[in-house]
Amino acid sequence: MFRLEVRTSTPAWFNLALPLLAVGATLVLCSGLIALAGAGVLEAYGVMFTASFGDSYAITETLVRAAPIIFTGLAVAVAFRAKFWNIGAEGQLLAGAVASCFVGAIPMPGVLAILLMAIAGAAAGAAVALVPATLRVKFKVDDVVSSLLLNSVIYYALMALIEGPWKDSFSGYPISPPIEDSASFPVLLEGTRLHLGVIAALIAAPLIWFLIVRTTLGFRIRVTGESPEAARYGGIHVERVLISTALLSGALAGLAGVGEVGGVHFQVMSDISPGYGYSGIVVAMLARLNPLGVVPAAIFLAAVMTGAEAMSRATGVPAFLSDVIQGTALLAMLVALLFTAYRIRRVGAAA
Amino acid sequence: MSAPLIEMRGITKSFGAVKANEGVNLSVAPGEILGLLGENGAGKTTLMNVLFGAYAPDAGEILIQGKPVRITSSADALAAGIGMVHQHFHLAPRLSVLENLLIGIPGRSGGIDRAGGLARLSDISRRHGLTLDPDLPVSALSVGEQQRLEIVKALFRGARLLILDEPTAVLAPSEVDGLFSALRSMAAQGLGIIFISHKLNEVRALTHRCTVLRHGRVAGRVDDPANTTSAAMAELMCGHEIVPPARGPSTPGAEVLTLDGISTSRHSGTPLRDISLAVRAGEILGIAGVSGNGQRALAEVISGTRSPDAGRMTIAGKAVTRFSPREVQALGLGRIPEDRMTTGLVTNLPLADSMVLPRIGTAAFSSKGLLKPDAIRAFAEEQIKAYDIRCPGPMTRAGALSGGNLQKALLARELAFDPKVLIVSQPTRGLDIGAARFIHEKFLDMRAKGCGIIVIGEDLEELLVLCDRIAVMYEGRIAGTLDSADATIARLGLLMTGAEGRA
Ligand SMILES: Nc1ncnc2c1ncn2[C@@H]1O[C@H](COP(=O)(O)OP(=O)(O)O)[C@@H](O)[C@H]1O
Ligand SMILES: [Mg+2]
Repeated sequence: MFRLEVRTSTPAWFNLALPLLAVGATLVLCSGLIALAGAGVLEAYGVMFTASFGDSYAITETLVRAAPIIFTGLAVAVAFRAKFWNIGAEGQLLAGAVASCFVGAIPMPGVLAILLMAIAGAAAGAAVALVPATLRVKFKVDDVVSSLLLNSVIYYALMALIEGPWKDSFSGYPISPPIEDSASFPVLLEGTRLHLGVIAALIAAPLIWFLIVRTTLGFRIRVTGESPEAARYGGIHVERVLISTALLSGALAGLAGVGEVGGVHFQVMSDISPGYGYSGIVVAMLARLNPLGVVPAAIFLAAVMTGAEAMSRATGVPAFLSDVIQGTALLAMLVALLFTAYRIRRVGAAA
Repeated sequence: MSAPLIEMRGITKSFGAVKANEGVNLSVAPGEILGLLGENGAGKTTLMNVLFGAYAPDAGEILIQGKPVRITSSADALAAGIGMVHQHFHLAPRLSVLENLLIGIPGRSGGIDRAGGLARLSDISRRHGLTLDPDLPVSALSVGEQQRLEIVKALFRGARLLILDEPTAVLAPSEVDGLFSALRSMAAQGLGIIFISHKLNEVRALTHRCTVLRHGRVAGRVDDPANTTSAAMAELMCGHEIVPPARGPSTPGAEVLTLDGISTSRHSGTPLRDISLAVRAGEILGIAGVSGNGQRALAEVISGTRSPDAGRMTIAGKAVTRFSPREVQALGLGRIPEDRMTTGLVTNLPLADSMVLPRIGTAAFSSKGLLKPDAIRAFAEEQIKAYDIRCPGPMTRAGALSGGNLQKALLARELAFDPKVLIVSQPTRGLDIGAARFIHEKFLDMRAKGCGIIVIGEDLEELLVLCDRIAVMYEGRIAGTLDSADATIARLGLLMTGAEGRA
C-alpha cells in the first residue's frame, strides 16, 4: 500500500528534476506505442533525434519550429502566474498572424514593415486576450472556458476570411495574399530558415523573466496569482493587474503568429499553426511557469514535432505520435507536480 | 475509575531534526475531558495526528481499552472510535450538511441513505444541543456551525473519543459557551474528549484533568484544573513565570484618527451606521463587541479597503478622500488584518515578498517600476532579526511560519514605517501566551512613542489590559465608550448586548 503525505518543503533540485522526469516517463510510455506500430523503439527515437539535432541544418529547423512555441509558452507562463487561465494562445496567435499579414501586404520599407507587423500582431493578440479577461473581471465568467471557446471563433473567422474576401486571387487556394518581399524577415544564416523571429523569441524569454522577477508589475502579477485577497489588502488593483497580464499574454501569443507570417509562411492559411497555442500550455507547465525554462521545453517539443515526421517516413510509425508525446508530457508533468506538494509513503499492510 | 479509553505510551515523533514529540504518555478515561496544553509548537497537533493515524510514530504504542492497536490511517482511527476536529476543517463547501455527513458512508445498495442519515443527525443534535440545518450548503455556514458539523460528523461515525484541536481559536466568546455545553453533555454520556487549547481560563472551566506539553515532552500534569491557578499552569507551559504587561499612565496628544458620521451600505456583513470616534496620539482605543456587529466593516473602512457611503475620516489631521490602502498608508496609518493567512500574507511566496507587499510601489523597495531586490532582502532580514521571527530566512515560504511568527512579521512590516496610527484586528487570536505577550509589549511601546492604536477584539480581558478606552459596537453603531478605569467585563458585556444603548 502506498499513500500520499503532504510535504513541508520541496527540495530545490526538484525544479530541474521534475520536467526531466516527466519527459523521461513520456518517452518510456510512448515507446509502447512505437512497438505496437511495429517499429524498433531505439531506432525510432534515434531517427527522431537525428532529424531534429543531427546536423546544423536540423538544429536550425528545430529552432525555427521552437520560436512560436517559445512565444506561446511565455504567453501562458505569464498568464498562469497571475492565475489568469489563458487557454486561448492559439486564437491569439491566429489573430496576430492575420493582423501582421494584413500589414505586411502593404508596400513600405522593410524595417518599418517588420516593426508595424510586430506591433499589429501583438495588438491583435492582446485584443483577443482582453475578451476573456474583461468577462472575468466584470462578470466573473470562467476564463478557461471563454478563452478556449474563443479559439474556435477566431479559427473559423480566419477560415471565412481566406475562403472569402481575403482569398488570394492569384493562386485561387484558400490562403491569404502573401506579404511584400520587403516585409519578410531577414534570414540570419545563409541556406537555412533561421529568421529574425527566432532571435526575437530567444531574447523575449529573458526579458519576460526579468519582468516577472524584477519589476513591480511582475511582483503584482505573482502576488495577485497567489492570493488576490492579500494583494487587494496590500493596495494592489487586482483587476487592473489581471487586465495587464492578459494584454501582455495575448501580445506574446500574437507575436508567435507574427513570426510564422514574417519568417516561415509569408501568408496566412488555415493550418498556419499546428496547435502551437496548445503546445504553449505544455511548455509552460514543463517549465513550471519559469520564462527561462520555456526555451528548453519549447525546443524539446519542437524536436518531437520535427522528429516525428522523419520517424514516420523512416519507420512507418504515424507522425501523430508527436501529438501523443505532447499530451503525455503534459499529463506526466501534472502528475510530477503532485510530488512538489506530496511525497509517497509506503504503508505496511494493516495488521 | 474504569480502564482508560485510550492510552498513548512513550510516543516519539521527529520531523528531521525537530523532535515534535518525545516519550509522551497520555490517557483518557470514558466520560473524561482531558485538556492538552502547550505553547505553539509544543507538539500538541503532532501527538493528536499520531493518535488519528496521520503520522506513524517513531516509537511508542497506542492502546484502546487496554489492547495495543496499530492506527495507520484516519480510516483505522475512525474504525477504532476516534474522531478528530482539526484546526482547519475538512468539509466539502458545495455539499450540504447532510451530504458532508454521508460522504464515505455507503448506504443501502451503494446509494445514499438519506432518511437514515437525517434520523441519526436529529438524534445527535437533540442529545447534545448541536443543531444544524441538514440542507444548507457548508459554504453558507458560519465558522462556528462548520465546527459543529465537524463534531457531529465524528459522532455520526460512532466516535467514542473526540479530539478537538484548538476549537475555540476560531470562535467568538458567545459561541464558546455553546461548544462547552455540548462537550459536557457528550462527556456525561461516556465519551472521552481531548481538548487542545492554550487559553487557560477555558481549560480551567472545562477540563477534568490536563496534560501539559513543552518542547515535545510532558512538562507536567494537572489533576484539578478548576482549582489550579492560571499562573501555575502558564509556568508549566512556558517553563518560567509570565507577568502581564504593565500599562503606565498615558498623556494622549492630538487626535491622529477621526471618524465622523461614517456609514456604509449593506454590501456584505453588518453595515456601519453613523460611526464617530477619535483616537489620540499615545492612546489605545479598544473596539469590543460580539463579532458580526460591524467590526469588519469598520476595519475595512479605516484600512482603506472599503469606501463609506457617508461620513468623513481624517488621519493625522488630513482628510481621507479615496479610501484606498495606498492613500491611508501614505497618510501614516499602519494596518494589521484580522486574517493573517489569507489577507495578511501570501503563503506560497517568500516571506520577504509579504513583508514588502503593501509598500512595494514606494521608493523604499522599487524605483521606476523596477524592484530593489537587495533592499527588499535587507529589509526582511533586518525585521526578522529585530523581531526575532523564527524562520530559516527571508526566502522561506511565508506559509511555513507559525502563527506567532506570522503576526510578528505583520507587525514588523508596519512598525518599520513609524505609523502615526495603527489599526489591528484580533491581534493575538490563536497565539500562545509568550507570543501574545510580545505583541502586547510592542503595542505599549508604540503607545509610549505617541502612536495612536485602535484594537478591534473580542477578548475582553485582553482589551482591559491594553486599552485606555473601550468602545463597544452593537449592530453597526457605537453603543457606548468606557474609560478603562470604569470598564468592567460586566459593564462591557451589557453594552455588547445592546442593553444600555436601548435603555
Ligand atoms: N509535518 C511537519 N513537518 C515538519 N515539522 C513539523 C511538522 N508538523 C509539525 N512540525 C514541527 O513540530 C513541532 C510541533 O508542532 P505542532 O505539533 O504543530 O505543535 P502545536 O500543535 O503544539 O502548536 C513544531 O516545531 C513544528 O514546526
Ligand atoms: Mg497545533
